[in-house]
Amino acid sequence: MTSIITRRRLTFGAAAASTLPVLGRGASAQAPLGVGFVYVGPIGDHGYTWTHNQGRLALEKEYGAKIKTSFIENVAEGPDAARAIRQLAQAGNQLIFTTSFGFMNPTIQVAKQFPKIHFEHATGYMRAENVATYDARFYEGRAVIGTIAGHMSKTGQAGYVASFPIPEVVMGINAFHLAARKVNPNFKTKVVWCSTWYDPAKEADAAKALIDQGADMITQHTDSAAPLQAAEQRGVFAFGQASDMKSFAPKAHLSAIVDDWSGYYIKRVKDVMDGNWKSGAIWHGLKEGMVKIAPYSDAVTPAARAAADEVTKGIIAGTLHPFTGELKDQKGVVRLKAGEKASDEMLSKMDWYVDGIQA
Amino acid sequence: MTSAMLVSILMTLIAASTPLLLAALGELVAEKSGVLNLGVEGMMLCGAVAGFAVAFSTGSTGIGLVAAAFAGVAASMIFAVLALSLMANQVATGLALTIFGIGASSLIGAGFVGRTITRLQPVFPAALSEHPILRVIFGHDIVVYLSLALVAGVSWFLRRTRPGLILRAVGENDASAHAIGYPVVAIRYAAVAFGGALAGLGGAYFSLALTPMWADRLTAGRGWIALALVVFSAWKPGRLLLGAYLFGAVMTLELQLKAAGVTWLAPEVLAMAPYLATIAVLTMMSLGRRIGRLDAPACLGKPFSAS
Repeated sequence: MTSIITRRRLTFGAAAASTLPVLGRGASAQAPLGVGFVYVGPIGDHGYTWTHNQGRLALEKEYGAKIKTSFIENVAEGPDAARAIRQLAQAGNQLIFTTSFGFMNPTIQVAKQFPKIHFEHATGYMRAENVATYDARFYEGRAVIGTIAGHMSKTGQAGYVASFPIPEVVMGINAFHLAARKVNPNFKTKVVWCSTWYDPAKEADAAKALIDQGADMITQHTDSAAPLQAAEQRGVFAFGQASDMKSFAPKAHLSAIVDDWSGYYIKRVKDVMDGNWKSGAIWHGLKEGMVKIAPYSDAVTPAARAAADEVTKGIIAGTLHPFTGELKDQKGVVRLKAGEKASDEMLSKMDWYVDGIQA
Repeated sequence: MTSAMLVSILMTLIAASTPLLLAALGELVAEKSGVLNLGVEGMMLCGAVAGFAVAFSTGSTGIGLVAAAFAGVAASMIFAVLALSLMANQVATGLALTIFGIGASSLIGAGFVGRTITRLQPVFPAALSEHPILRVIFGHDIVVYLSLALVAGVSWFLRRTRPGLILRAVGENDASAHAIGYPVVAIRYAAVAFGGALAGLGGAYFSLALTPMWADRLTAGRGWIALALVVFSAWKPGRLLLGAYLFGAVMTLELQLKAAGVTWLAPEVLAMAPYLATIAVLTMMSLGRRIGRLDAPACLGKPFSAS
């Protein structure tokens, strides 16, 4: 398995961590703070895991010799995750970030065995005294790129390469479509489910199928840059996912939703250092900088730029919520009354599509 | 449906089928010689990463393709030494080769993540390759035509040539072939190497043509489909061609139907469609006894020792 790399890198990390004085760790202020990360994918995916690793690198830059970071990549969501998390805990790390939804139960389980170690789980909902959760409001970024799509689409149709119909993905599709429809009331968003997070060839074929059906804007909620490449080949526009993917498709790439975990990681390490770490749950977005918008390409028209900037500013200022009523679903049922804003609970359980989405 | 759309769907279908066809054709030859190599996925990944690395470094996709074939052969030789010379269990060794290929390709590929290259270009001039209709025939890159030529070549080789006859004899009855003086192990080495070369090429089709980039596990399980296709084809190259294109068609149609707004079918059902199609065809084949005789080579998977 890819654990060839994993183990090699883990050995470095573990060796580094084992140089910590095991006894009196708490008493010695000079001993570097061990910070561990468990990743679901390879750090080279240029997407989700890559962005978490960028956060780890930002920590090293910020704190230098005051901390020691280590990570294990390509950890399968399942029993293996508990082993990986435990390994990092035994290596002397005092703060451990587990960065995928499927690590939720193993994180809670291991945290029970190490009550003095602080755990942070990304995108989960289970917490404990020493387990906090954190997540990003990706849908805010999708509202911004949806605005650009609405302005720039000539056919009035966007193609959405999607993974699985879970609330996170459904929420993103709705946010994108609502924003585009605000610009063009007849806008259509077509969704192709790939039933995978990661299969570059299939993702590319899905994008091609959407382009065949008239979409001239491609966006995605799968993990590879393949849909962008398909868009580039067919001469239509597309948006990057999780990171700036311009290098994969210089002409097609209009902008991207960028995940930026570094600010949160830096804050939480400081909390541990100061003895202020507390469990809790955060869901941060554009305002806090956990979600960012990649620079617009030259192809983005001035009108689209201005509109997108306005949406960004409105969300940051709190004057604009991407889900504001009146909102009807595909069957015409009113989900939000005029002027009503979606609650976080409604968002996190979303299982219906806004009128005009073909999914 | 407009003709432009039909052409486009056919183009996607042919591209999606090509790596399956290549990898399965290589495996067919190896199995005809009596060797069951389950390491197709691993060999494809070795080819995918080597092809990309070399194409990126040299700027030539052509050299990348050659390198991919060599990488596939190199990976297949690990299997050959273990399974043919040391007589390790072929199933276990093949599985190990796949796991090795996944790890090795991700290790080698680590430095190439995020890089792109110019994808393989059509061989014919733009007048033909970009013609709205004729591009169905002339709009492909070299690997597509090569894969079709290889089907014809392998079919001819196995059925009409003496070395082909010997290869089949080795697969059907290794002891007899050995008794009349044929070097069973050497022939199997050659067949496994051919399988490795084609698997490497098939893998490189992902990183050089379909999605010109390197990403971990780029082939996403296509090697297993290739293995299934060999059974599907009843070890006949012509039927293998049909099977690979049928599979590509179902995979492409699944996405096209979803994009066209067929919502009365659950997405999961559509995702299953290629596999349902496989089961259906296998069932039909085994029902029609005369057409669909599943004549696996008699010595498939058995170790041979010339004692």
